[in-house]
Amino acid sequence: MAETSRLSQTAAASRGISPVTLLRIAIILAVLAAWEFLAHSGWLYRDVVPSLLSIGRAMSTLLTDRNYYFNLGVTAAEIGVALAIGGSAGLVVGLILGANRFLSRAFEPYLYYLGPTPKIIFFPVMIMWFGVGPESKVALGTLSCFFPVALNVAAGMRQIDKVLIRVGHSFRASTWQMVQKIYLPAMRHPIINGIRLGFGFALIGTLLAETKLSNKGIGFLIIQTYSIFDMPAMYAMLIVLFVLAIAANALIGKLGGLDSIKRN
Amino acid sequence: MTTADTSIVTSGRDYSAPPLVGFGTFVAFLLAIEAVIRIGWLNRFIVPPPTDIIASFGRLFTEEHILYRFFFTAGECFIAGVMVTIVGIAVGVVMQRYSLLQRACETWVAAFASAPLVLTYPLFMVIFGRNAWTIIMMGFLSALPPVILKTIEGISGTRKVLVNVGRSFKLTATQQFWKILFPAALPTIFVGIRLGLIFALINVVGTEFLINFGGLGQLINDLAERYDLAGTYAAICFVILVSVLFFMGLEKAERWLRPVA
Repeated sequence: MAETSRLSQTAAASRGISPVTLLRIAIILAVLAAWEFLAHSGWLYRDVVPSLLSIGRAMSTLLTDRNYYFNLGVTAAEIGVALAIGGSAGLVVGLILGANRFLSRAFEPYLYYLGPTPKIIFFPVMIMWFGVGPESKVALGTLSCFFPVALNVAAGMRQIDKVLIRVGHSFRASTWQMVQKIYLPAMRHPIINGIRLGFGFALIGTLLAETKLSNKGIGFLIIQTYSIFDMPAMYAMLIVLFVLAIAANALIGKLGGLDSIKRN
Repeated sequence: MTTADTSIVTSGRDYSAPPLVGFGTFVAFLLAIEAVIRIGWLNRFIVPPPTDIIASFGRLFTEEHILYRFFFTAGECFIAGVMVTIVGIAVGVVMQRYSLLQRACETWVAAFASAPLVLTYPLFMVIFGRNAWTIIMMGFLSALPPVILKTIEGISGTRKVLVNVGRSFKLTATQQFWKILFPAALPTIFVGIRLGLIFALINVVGTEFLINFGGLGQLINDLAERYDLAGTYAAICFVILVSVLFFMGLEKAERWLRPVA
């Protein structure tokens, strides 16, 4: 039955644009028209809602500016290092907590409740410890991404099929072999999910830290456009940043095969 | 409770041992930090001794008016929470009601949830100015996607038999919604509201810190700028405590709402 409906949908799609796509196009056009109307209405302060043309112009300037790519590289490097350190630490802690029920009951509540606290408030402490350079941004990104990775890995570890673990033990596998051959392959999806969440938090932590105190990076560029009131450039930067963040998030999920999980 | 948990309870093991070990480790860590600072291995102008941090809590109440600031932040969270509950549920209901709209926009809402929305705070500072509305709007925006998505999920997941009972009583669409769909979806909707409120609190305190305005977030920024290290650490501890109590309260409320299996 489901196969039949899928076939009929494919046939409908092949005949022309589907109603969903049409509605999406209509919504996008309506939003753009409303935006342009608002930009020329004079209801808001000038440039708070700049015209689409000026945003487009700012975006083309941005995408051809070498300085932008330098700052993008700085931010990407900070996020990459934060993800590597925080993700590895989260993986190790998650494996330990997931494997040992006693340690999990002793320490996991602390991770569970500290996880959703606002990490940006630790930024003054990070500046004290690591200085005002990129190190403090990396530290905040690391702290932000550690918790989701650790909690996801610990939860994933507990969900491993007990049969697989027994098979490992019956082959007298060492702890390292158990981690390499049983735990990590069986926990691919929770780990990738944790890294995906961790990436999002590392991105936010690093960029917020850059907006607060820095002299390079995308966060610095955004706050600079605010201070000189260059609104079209600010909109252009935010749009590019959102597209990059959403694309990177989807890419991590795709590489980890999250889209291949069967959902009932 | 899972079978594994039940077996532990029935095996008669001491249940209080792991939390005690956890708490003991935490206290031992603080004592070790205190000792390391007093010996001089750690610079007290970078990490203040835990005793100094504990001692400065009183000062936060008398000199920094932390309770007033707490209520200021709580008020911002409350307004953002009310706004997100009204708007989020309404949008979710409309999207669920019109399946074409849901199919067209649900992925957008999910993508919206994974975007770093808090980075738009300079934009809101331009629109609203450096005031509480910028902070409230940041809380509201970040909390919106989970409420919308969970409202759709909750209403879509209403058991067919309940909907059929409503039909057999010839309920109107409005009666069907208020008497069947909404009460059945409420536990799932509350999961969305809980997630939304957590995001709202994180973003409200974060934006206060970033724009140096408002309650607890601004206090941390102020103390850090005055280089009052013990006070900064104490204020951070206070925010963590408030956040933890807030999450615990929300979890309790969610358990209360969840139907008995």
